[in-house]
Amino acid sequence: MKLKYITLLALFSFAANTLAQQTPAPKQSDAVTIVGATAHLGNGEVIENSLIIFENAKITQVMDAGETKMQYRGEIIEAQGKHVYPGFIAANSTLGLVEVDAVRATDDEDEIGEMLPHIRSIIAYNTESKLVESMRPNGVLMGQIVPRGSRISGTSSVVQFDAWNWEDAVIKENDAIHLNWPNSFSRGRWWADEDSVIKANEEYQKEVREITEFFNSAKAYLNGDQEIAHLPYQAMKPVFENKKSVFVHVDGEKEILDVIQFMKEQALGKLTIVGGYQALKLAETLKKNNISVLTNRPHNTPDKDDDDYDYPYKLAAQLHQAGVLVGIQSAGRMERMNTRNLPFYAGTAVAHGLEKEEALKLITSNVAQILGIDEVAGTLEKGKDATLFISEGDALDMRGNIIERAFIQGRDISLETHQTELYQRYSNKYKEKKAK
Amino acid sequence: MRLKLLLCLFLIGMQLHAQEYFPKNDGVKTSRTGTTIFTNAKIHVKPGEIIENAMFAIKDGKISAIGKNINIPANSQTIDLTGKEVYPSFIDLYSTFGIKKPKEAEGSDQPQYKAGREGYYWNDHIRPDTKALSYFSYDKKLAENMQKAGFGVVNTHQADGIIRGNGMLIALSPDATEGDRILKERSAQYLSFDKSVKSRQSYPTSTMGAMALIRQAYYDAKWYAKGKSKNKDLALEAINNNKNLLQIFAVDNLLDELRADKIGDEFGIQYAILGSGFEFERVEEIKKTGATFILPLNFPDAYDVEDPYLAKEVSLAEMKRWNQAPANLKILAENEVPFILTTKGLETTEKDFRKNLLKAVEYGLDKEIALAALTTTPAKLIGEENRLGNLQEGAWANFIITSGDFFDKETTLYENWVQGRRAVLEDMNTTNIKGDYDLVVDGKTYKVKISGEPAKPKAEVKLGEMKIGSKLSFSNNWINLLLSSPDTTKAEFIRLISKVPKKTDKISGKAILANGSESTFTAVKKAEETSEAKKDKKNQKTETPEIVSVSYPNVAYGFDKLPEAENILFRNATVWTNGEEGILKNTDVLVKNGKISRIGNNINAGNAREIDATGKHLTSGIIDEHSHIAASAINEAGHNSSAEVTMEDVIDPTDINIYRNLAGGVTTIQLLHGSANPIGGRSAILRLKWGAAAEEMLLKDAPKFIKFALGENVKQSNWGSRSRFPQTRMGVEQVFTDYFTRAREYEAKKTSADARKDLEMETISEILKMERFVTAHSYVQSEINMLMKVAENFDFHINTFTHILEGYKVADKMKEHGAGGSTFSDWWAYKYEVNDAIPFNASLMHKVGITTAINSDDAEMSRRLNQEAAKSIKYGGVSEEEAWKFITLNPAKLLHIDNRVGSIKTGKDADLVLWSDNPLSVYAKAEKTLIQGAVYFDLQRDKELRKVISKQRNNLITQMLKAKNDGVKTQPVSKEKEQHIHCGTLEAIH
Repeated sequence: MKLKYITLLALFSFAANTLAQQTPAPKQSDAVTIVGATAHLGNGEVIENSLIIFENAKITQVMDAGETKMQYRGEIIEAQGKHVYPGFIAANSTLGLVEVDAVRATDDEDEIGEMLPHIRSIIAYNTESKLVESMRPNGVLMGQIVPRGSRISGTSSVVQFDAWNWEDAVIKENDAIHLNWPNSFSRGRWWADEDSVIKANEEYQKEVREITEFFNSAKAYLNGDQEIAHLPYQAMKPVFENKKSVFVHVDGEKEILDVIQFMKEQALGKLTIVGGYQALKLAETLKKNNISVLTNRPHNTPDKDDDDYDYPYKLAAQLHQAGVLVGIQSAGRMERMNTRNLPFYAGTAVAHGLEKEEALKLITSNVAQILGIDEVAGTLEKGKDATLFISEGDALDMRGNIIERAFIQGRDISLETHQTELYQRYSNKYKEKKAK
Repeated sequence: MRLKLLLCLFLIGMQLHAQEYFPKNDGVKTSRTGTTIFTNAKIHVKPGEIIENAMFAIKDGKISAIGKNINIPANSQTIDLTGKEVYPSFIDLYSTFGIKKPKEAEGSDQPQYKAGREGYYWNDHIRPDTKALSYFSYDKKLAENMQKAGFGVVNTHQADGIIRGNGMLIALSPDATEGDRILKERSAQYLSFDKSVKSRQSYPTSTMGAMALIRQAYYDAKWYAKGKSKNKDLALEAINNNKNLLQIFAVDNLLDELRADKIGDEFGIQYAILGSGFEFERVEEIKKTGATFILPLNFPDAYDVEDPYLAKEVSLAEMKRWNQAPANLKILAENEVPFILTTKGLETTEKDFRKNLLKAVEYGLDKEIALAALTTTPAKLIGEENRLGNLQEGAWANFIITSGDFFDKETTLYENWVQGRRAVLEDMNTTNIKGDYDLVVDGKTYKVKISGEPAKPKAEVKLGEMKIGSKLSFSNNWINLLLSSPDTTKAEFIRLISKVPKKTDKISGKAILANGSESTFTAVKKAEETSEAKKDKKNQKTETPEIVSVSYPNVAYGFDKLPEAENILFRNATVWTNGEEGILKNTDVLVKNGKISRIGNNINAGNAREIDATGKHLTSGIIDEHSHIAASAINEAGHNSSAEVTMEDVIDPTDINIYRNLAGGVTTIQLLHGSANPIGGRSAILRLKWGAAAEEMLLKDAPKFIKFALGENVKQSNWGSRSRFPQTRMGVEQVFTDYFTRAREYEAKKTSADARKDLEMETISEILKMERFVTAHSYVQSEINMLMKVAENFDFHINTFTHILEGYKVADKMKEHGAGGSTFSDWWAYKYEVNDAIPFNASLMHKVGITTAINSDDAEMSRRLNQEAAKSIKYGGVSEEEAWKFITLNPAKLLHIDNRVGSIKTGKDADLVLWSDNPLSVYAKAEKTLIQGAVYFDLQRDKELRKVISKQRNNLITQMLKAKNDGVKTQPVSKEKEQHIHCGTLEAIH
């Protein structure tokens, strides 16, 4: 009883402390023309002195301003010396599912159970999250919201970051199921007084078999009359129809080989590896089997003491150079607040071997392809959603990532946040103090 | 059937040794008065002193005479030891022989803060009053096994607690009574860093806590001895009583060995240290301890690396240790580090001890030193050099009889006598029947090859070229050979049996043929191998595996040779001075003798190495004001104040994060205690001298610091039992007020005769006197303001607020108070108290005029603090020059070391980083990192090291595969994984 009371109280005071979130922008009414900016298209191309026009939520023109006499339309934004980018996409994110890590009441990311393809992140996605709004001043405008935990953690959806509610936020609903592949090693749970050692996981084969059995049973069920409802199996239907992707969260080389075998056995058309710490050695195989990789964020320490100090920094770059379709995702400790550093993850890939425009793909066009939203997002191209932003400088570098305007589906979104409001408030406090 | 190992006890001319005044009801009273004489032996009186073909006499359990020729009393009997050797029996000073396992305290979900014993010390883990005898009961089985390994005496104790009480010296003489066996009832006092399992008292939770506790207990014992205590304390009395005993400190890793010795040095105590077996990794520091080491022979098993995916999980460090550890004793001996040996850690003493000792000898350990480590050295250490460890007149008759050189693989241990009591390990009259024989039975001539140890021979039988199934048993000189029929379709056997004479080339006896009829057989031995051929074989065998060289530290990316300060000229760099000069383009910087010698243009290089820095940026090294790398412990969470502990005690110079930080341009860190308590522990300020010993990493004459903490962590909001004070921010204030008040009172009474030295109060007094600065972990404005007010009430100020995520809300007050702020660039939302954390915090504090730094608190982020500083440009528009100071000059100011580091200025330490690009750019890489003019990280060297590591790994994996192929025991891959530190776990409360 007492506990409940305290929790409730905490929740209440939490709610009371919360300032109002940013109001979603109204639908685009007038066309917008951005002139003179360096346009980074996201597909590897750059237009130095660009002309970008968008209306009714869609991009209608992207061209060299010097080579056209086209009429500017609607609001004209003079952006000489500035940079325009397609909105960055945060794949494999839990934004909107947890607000404060240590406050359990705010945590909606991990359901109990083992095989949960029927668990859907989208309905828990909190558009009013203070974390979500804090993405936008860094250019992160879309995300794939993914449940965590379990063997199959659930079904994700792709959203944009300026919406009244989850339904309005959807870019692609139920885009993929997420399979946490077992590890052929197990780690002692030190918090349960076990030695914190890695050792061969004797249950590995069994755990892999359970996945196969689940897929096979689902298939068998779906081939039958389905007289009795079975929610997890029903949630697998689009998977077998290639309408829902399979994202396998896996890091080890051996495990990745097993995943490829599994993919073939199950005749899955498309598969994405999330993590892929040891994927580099298998780059050729991955390429051949049309498997894409969402690497762990570069801001991680290497797994093993013997690993190159810059291994996580360069992994995405090297996979990309090897021809694998690769994006960077930001899961890990403190992942939600850190997701706003997504552009700098791509910048890190530049420091470790990639051209800037290639690195940009890792958080734009490649991710859009992997998530299956490349028809509407990922590049600055005619016909796509006008989800883009204007930055004062190089958006992959902390020094240049200063965002002046951002648009989601043509809507002129607010770049204010809980944090900028506090900044303003206290800046004023000290200004007034000085004035006195 | 395998020859059964018999361990029997004979009575040779002497009766059971009963105490003379004890009643006897199982027969008539007898006494042992006889003398036993041993003749014709090669006697190792002690290491280095051998008498060939000599004799000795034993009487009443002691050596009564020894020499080439001695008097033989009439009532004596003689044992002929022709061809045999005699050594003093061995001594193991680190044993728990016969000691009952301590009973574990029952579990509870409530932590226990108070001591559970009445009349003893305030901490249950101080148990100097423990007496080995109270828990002792002679373990016959183990004694037999120890004797098989050659041991005659052990010093046993209850291995439980931090100060563990005294041990006792026990002779392994099975047919005696306790009264006879106990050579010394109180011998040595044992210590460790591990808590007693008998108590659940929380404190200490860490090695640094255990170290502080030992120190405090020593001070308290001294004070108690002066009769100043009002209460009875049997534990302190016991510390004082045990003062003159040998002090044995038991640890299980190299760093703890040095830590133990450090405590000893502070109190004038030279511990003998139970070592880890990896002393070779830091042999110089080990030698400097001056300690005698008690060393185990449990070398690491090879890892099973057949599965290449599994093999990846084994680190180079682990593989190197496997490769190098057998050479440990050799290296220590060469460096004249005194050591003795123990059976601790061996799975089966009787098998593994000698096997591993011989391995150490094979790896180059001097035999004489090895023998001394088992005899004279331990005897001397325990103060029994006259009675133990040698075979001089008057010493205990503790000796082993062997077939030859103890350190020869082929040698058999026959007997182990302790206190004149005989234990037969192998029948020494067993004939050595090894050799090739022509066996004639039933009209056929077989070839028989008998090999193996004399007592456990094996046979191989051939008829012509055909192998014949056979089974050989040999016991009490009776040979029993079973031969299967050459016709393999038939299950028929020939049985041969014979008593073998003492010395013979011919064996003959009874044969029972397949049809049951009895016949005879003869086996004639062929000529023995020539000694030349034998030698050749031996030479082949002694080929030891290639030993990988030790690096500093002995892990991947370690140095073969520590870097030294160089004279370097950086030519044509963009120099970020952090001074009035600002950022200088196309400028030269000359480094000389570890200092920045000149800054200018066209500087003459002289003898300095010239580095072309065109297009590159040179900055001072990054300083991380809040780090937890390079530490073996972070929190002492057993009390709400732990001012007595210091991070300087628990530096881990082997942490790979040191190297990774250097690769990110970090040169200096403040290693902070965690935030489990309002008053945390003292800091260590380290230079990241990768490869140096812990003590060498400490910044010399560093200002003193301590960690304080406020808010959720110290209230234990997200874990814990909710039973420890404080549970609210209101309580936190009172904790500080209470401790400061007490410290003031302590300081006032300090000079009085009754004063008790209290390490916790000493530290807090330093704070009040502004001799020690406070770095306070803090988040919300209320608590920040509170701590400033409490400090002001006690007339001091808080030096640094760390984290300080709501610093921007009270920046004006902080400025007035004189506090600095060391914050994260953009962390928030991980707990409730960081709800209002904003990435503009650093720039707001900076604009108000606070000395502002950006820190990491994280081994990952610290390797790219340059990027974190750059975020201040994005969040709040700080200039590049000022942003750079957030991670260099400003933390140097906060740490009061800006006179030495933090900027590029003539005369300052040459802690420099050469960057490939503007250091604030996400695209910049550190190419060279220097500390005091020595290059600790070099991108080029890193590249080469990767190749070396790969080569070394491959070499060692090949060695391990070979070891497995050769049938050497392997262990499954299992690797210590560093804990992932995150908020909400005790070890990780930062």
